[in-house]
Amino acid sequence: MRKPQADQETYYRGIPTVPYDLLKELALAFVASGIVIFVLALVMSSPEVPPLTIQTWAQQDPVDFVTTATSELAGTSFSAAYGPPYTDGSDSVQVLGPFAPQQWAGNAVHLDTAQDFVLGPLGTAAVGNPDLTSALSTYGAADDATKQSWLAAYTSALGTATTQSGEVVVPAGSYGPVPVLMANLIAVAHSGGLDELLLAGGHFFQTNYTKPLLFMGDGGYLAGLAADQHLLGSQWGMMNETGSYPGQAWLWLYSMWYQLPPYNTAPNADLLVVLTMLALTLVLAFVPHIPVLRDIPRWIPIHRLVWRDYYRWRRTRPSSETA
Amino acid sequence: MDTPATYVQLGFLVISVPNLLVILGMVLVFLAALFAPFPAHHGIETDHDEHPE
Amino acid sequence: MSTPSSHPAPEPGDATWTGAARRLLERRLPLTHLLPSRQPFFVGSWVYVFGVVAITALIWVIGSGIVLAFFGPGWFHVSGVGRFVNSIHFWSVQLFFFFVVLHLWGQYFMASWRDGRATTWLVGVVIFVVGLVTGFTGYVSQQNLDAQWIAINAKDGINATGAGSFFNVLDFGQMYGIHVMLLPITVTMLVVLHVVQVRMRGVVKPIEPQAPGGRRNAPTDVA
Repeated sequence: MRKPQADQETYYRGIPTVPYDLLKELALAFVASGIVIFVLALVMSSPEVPPLTIQTWAQQDPVDFVTTATSELAGTSFSAAYGPPYTDGSDSVQVLGPFAPQQWAGNAVHLDTAQDFVLGPLGTAAVGNPDLTSALSTYGAADDATKQSWLAAYTSALGTATTQSGEVVVPAGSYGPVPVLMANLIAVAHSGGLDELLLAGGHFFQTNYTKPLLFMGDGGYLAGLAADQHLLGSQWGMMNETGSYPGQAWLWLYSMWYQLPPYNTAPNADLLVVLTMLALTLVLAFVPHIPVLRDIPRWIPIHRLVWRDYYRWRRTRPSSETA
Repeated sequence: MDTPATYVQLGFLVISVPNLLVILGMVLVFLAALFAPFPAHHGIETDHDEHPE
Repeated sequence: MSTPSSHPAPEPGDATWTGAARRLLERRLPLTHLLPSRQPFFVGSWVYVFGVVAITALIWVIGSGIVLAFFGPGWFHVSGVGRFVNSIHFWSVQLFFFFVVLHLWGQYFMASWRDGRATTWLVGVVIFVVGLVTGFTGYVSQQNLDAQWIAINAKDGINATGAGSFFNVLDFGQMYGIHVMLLPITVTMLVVLHVVQVRMRGVVKPIEPQAPGGRRNAPTDVA
């Protein structure tokens, strides 16, 4: 058992006391911080760069949109190959030796990028659209090898694609029904319909943006907007903010590891950084018990400034009286 | 305020001017708190009613 | 049998849990310790004010957050008043972390964990960490470009730990609910606990210069 906790009288014996109004201090600090906050809010407002919609993406960068959609259909996109918790892939699974928590946690979302991002929305859009209905049934009836050859040919053709009045034009080739599917998908996207279809997923009320965000994350357009705002991981983006606002400066250490070897080139960088930060947080939490770390305050005499009145007072007293 | 911030590069360290200002502000406020005189106390009392100064 | 009395003197025969709890509180946290009107004279530095300012910033965070939650997450994107309340929320969060970090620096250099205060330090670190998660869930609940990108960028780190299977940063509803309910309550309760811990033991005494042959009150005395 430790010393009796309520026995502050014993603890402070011999030390003079002064009146100290904690609640008044709290009230004054509340008013003072309120004034600072109100002035900052009035003068500087707050960050507000509008969200990107799939509609805007398809309008501003149709080739990137169609390239991304084609990779979703082919199952070659970042999300399709991701692995848990989105798919059964493994490209983004991070392990450290036998420690594989991402693998153990499993696939919770069960994302099927071809169905969820392309074929499903097109199925809804196909009502009253015989060309699209026919293209979808042609695509559905083809075997996997044929589909992949269409998609591979179309993907490489997209490398030289041009845009004509919002539509993506590629040189002629054997793409099967893929160009019709993509022309219809971008038409739905242009109308704003794809934003709705990716979100809805058969439910009336919506709060889950997993699908549209993964889809946009697979493209290059959103990442380009983020890069303009210095938000990429390689740009210390974790601690940055859109516009000229301070960001989460308190994440500086978390953000720093991503810039340094071995983290900046490791395939399991996220896991390494998380584990590093976990270890450092435990160190911080248990500083009182860690030699050297707990002694530094005694060596660096900042406390001499904080308690300068105390040390002056102490020097003027026989040491026996403070015992 | 909605135009992207200016960034400062110091070796591998890249920091936005707003973040730099916040961090410098923290250092300044910490130093100010260390050195600024705290409002003087009135009514010092000890167990045996002895004034220290 | 006891007679009704307004005097809370401990009764030797009182074996109730309620009575035991009352006696424990009266012993460990008498009201004169919870709300003292005097302090040791060494409590005379602006460094002691950082924690109080952080608490007041938290009050502004929660107050503005209540208004934002009342009108809903879409409000501040379409209303000038909403934008202003959001700005108060944003800057009070900045102020909160500003002073939490200053408080941490100050308490570190005062080695405030001495004389049985290690758990107070520990709870402080937990408040900081829970505060980070609260800030994070708020950032992804903003419903703007920042929120989109933070969610997309942060998912990989969270997925790498396995937490992505039940903590989906791309699920706005989940993040928003956690941000406006679970985490504010947690932070508030931890801050109350932290303040009670400080008041139970009182502020730590200054670091004594090491006397020859004696280490009394050195920063290493955590027990």
